Amino acid sequence: MLLITCPYCGTRPELEFAYGGQAHVARPQDPAAVGAQDWADFLYMRDNTRGVHAERWRHTHGCGRFFNALRDTRSDQFLGIYRVGESAPALPPDAPKEVP
Amino acid sequence: MAERYSDRQPPPITRSAVLRLLPPAARHVLRGAPSVLATAGDALGLSLSMPACRASVNATLAALWLAPDERLLLGEDASAADTSSRIAQALGDQAHSLVDVSHRQLGLAISGPHAVTVLASGCPLDLDRSAFPVGMCTRTVLAKAEIVLWRIADDDFHLEVWRSFAAYVSGLIAEAGRELALPDLAVASSDRAT
Repeated sequence: MLLITCPYCGTRPELEFAYGGQAHVARPQDPAAVGAQDWADFLYMRDNTRGVHAERWRHTHGCGRFFNALRDTRSDQFLGIYRVGESAPALPPDAPKEVP
Repeated sequence: MAERYSDRQPPPITRSAVLRLLPPAARHVLRGAPSVLATAGDALGLSLSMPACRASVNATLAALWLAPDERLLLGEDASAADTSSRIAQALGDQAHSLVDVSHRQLGLAISGPHAVTVLASGCPLDLDRSAFPVGMCTRTVLAKAEIVLWRIADDDFHLEVWRSFAAYVSGLIAEAGRELALPDLAVASSDRAT
């Protein structure tokens, strides 16, 4: 089973978590001032990364907190975990390299 | 002459894991900032600032860490009003959330040398003593049901189960007991959650 490390509770089985989509998608401060195309981009357009992806996870059946993770979408390997509001940590030196 | 029923000796205790339904209890969920938890802990006489996934206990109350800002308070059934009024009085108008969830969930106890094996049939956590020591508590899952699991002693676990999941959870545990050839593991029918 995939193990995910919650920054509050420690390493837990994947069953306790829910995927929360791409991280760092900021909601516009003034939605009324945003044009239709930009708003549609904010709502619907997401990266389709092959490689390291910053994404949100929620420890649903645990502490209930959201946090961010760096995951390699090719191998499902978690390369970093950080709390909401923090910036992404540096990748470990042995992290797999991007494939063009 | 046949011996009278009352003269019979009880059968020897052979149960290697026993599932019991615990009596009704007072349960509160308190949520708030660290300062709120500290104030409420002072009013209740036990620390609510425990490390992650740990319980703190005094003579009448147990506080279980559920999240950085969330604690589950367990006490005697009759103490519900007293606990909530003491917390409300101590906190005054500090922002917090205190909810009486006494009737939302039931307490189950699983004890015996095979308690870990039985739980592991449905719970994906590592329940080894090194990973889940005595005093650790957490919200987790047992098969498809969400539970709160608290290790009171090496072979003694306390489960908090939402009442609509209780029949599922106790049935699942009884089935695990059958699979492990522990045929006597079941909630007594008079206790069965309805």
